Amino acid sequence: MRYMLLLNGEEPTTTPSEAEMNAEMAEWGAYDTAVHEAGIFVSSEALQPSQTATTVRLKDQERIVTDGPFVETREVLGGFYVIDVPDLDTALDWAAKCPAAKNGSVEIRPVLVFDEPEQ
Amino acid sequence: MTEDDVGTSDTVDAVFREEWGRLLATLVGWLRDLDLAEEVAADAIAAAVRHWPTDGVPDHPTAWLLTTARRRAVDLLRRRKTYAAKLAILRVEADRVETERLVTTAAGTEQAARDTIGDDRLRLFFTCCHPALAPEARVALTLRYLAGLSTVEVARAFLVPETTMAQRLTRAKRKIREANIPYRVPGPSEIPDRLPAVLSVIYVVFTEAYAASQGPDLTRPDLADEAIRLARILHRLMPHDREVLGLLALLLLTHARHPARTDSDGNPVLLADQDRSRWDRHTVDEGVALLEQALPDRDPGPYLIQAAIAALHDQADSMETTDWPQIVALYNLLQRVAPSPVVSLNRAVAVGMADGPQAGLALLDDLADSPALERYHLFHSARAGLLKQLGRESEAAQAYRQALDLVGNEPERAFLRRQLADIEHHGHR
Repeated sequence: MRYMLLLNGEEPTTTPSEAEMNAEMAEWGAYDTAVHEAGIFVSSEALQPSQTATTVRLKDQERIVTDGPFVETREVLGGFYVIDVPDLDTALDWAAKCPAAKNGSVEIRPVLVFDEPEQ
Repeated sequence: MTEDDVGTSDTVDAVFREEWGRLLATLVGWLRDLDLAEEVAADAIAAAVRHWPTDGVPDHPTAWLLTTARRRAVDLLRRRKTYAAKLAILRVEADRVETERLVTTAAGTEQAARDTIGDDRLRLFFTCCHPALAPEARVALTLRYLAGLSTVEVARAFLVPETTMAQRLTRAKRKIREANIPYRVPGPSEIPDRLPAVLSVIYVVFTEAYAASQGPDLTRPDLADEAIRLARILHRLMPHDREVLGLLALLLLTHARHPARTDSDGNPVLLADQDRSRWDRHTVDEGVALLEQALPDRDPGPYLIQAAIAALHDQADSMETTDWPQIVALYNLLQRVAPSPVVSLNRAVAVGMADGPQAGLALLDDLADSPALERYHLFHSARAGLLKQLGRESEAAQAYRQALDLVGNEPERAFLRRQLADIEHHGHR
């Protein structure tokens, strides 16, 4: 079963030092390797900061484009993993190991699978 | 037919209560689908009610019910094409498991059959109390699927409309299904993380029974019995877990005082004024015996500590002969292990008994800034009691008024009104 791990966190307001950056990259590298080695990796992307985001809605056929995401909290979506594991408990274990869980939060959403057409 | 439809005669109720939880747990284990399990379990019970009175009760009622339910499940799954994959699993698993079960049962090793069912029940406990579910959903699922209460009864237990409870249960079941919350007993390393949620569900049911948060009655003995039944099942399933034992002991030792907690009109009676001869000695003895099994435990958890406190109350002949210093010591321990505003409140009251009202009041005044306690009527009534003992009657009256603004159930409200009237009467003399 596929789960998407939505990695949420506060965006840094100051530039981290090189040492901090390296330590963080090492942590993410180790997690990414573990996910691949476990054979559960489906896909993953990291996102550019939220100030590069644009939101579009249609209201009465009219396109409304606004700057940025709708954020009510300081935490924003920074990236995601899609993993293929047997159940929610296993997904929870992987989410808890993710570096994002330490400084922000990881939302786990099962991926909706549409029924295959009947033959 | 649903279980609510069948629940018309006493015979049905008896069969239903006894077999429902066991049957359902096993079916969920096979089918991995609460809705389907519930449907075929209800069908099997209904069939039992039709056949048993004329054909006689079979030698192995549980096996009979399981076979009937399984046949029904196969029928249903055949008709619902989308379940084809599940049907295949059911055939393989059920054949294997059921054959084993029937063989062991037939061979006279009922114990082996019961153990398999026990595992299924424990799995269902941990599924219904999974931390990924909302706390109120956990309570509802546990009462519905482990205690075997109907949706109407669960709704009544929490004073919500039936439709609200039905929706809550449906939402929770959908999450179990769609997020694929597994039916499994957590491994030993996960138990410390996962067991507290199960224990707290049972405790929440009991505390609601002990002092109803709203409504006309102070206590809900039916609900207390349900909580104790669940704690007993869990203790049977996890006999070596100290906190499970502690919880069962706590519920028994607290419930033992139930007969004396209200007067003939249903009004609350304070611990100090209770007729201790009405306490249920049999239940006290059972709780104390459980507690003694756990006594060598070096790091007691919160339920075990609370059970020890309850035992000290139960074993005393009066307020005066109660071992208050020991109770204070246990509250100190509890505050370290599981700090909470209510623990601090109870500790302050115990200090008031051990070291005098002045000492208790000083502790309570230190707690007055806690937002949780500020809104808790028992905080204000405890304060009022100590102020009254110290002869500070106008302050006591003020504290009773604060308690009255916050109290939820009618008998407690009436009690507080009488206390207030009493003080005001004295004040005007």
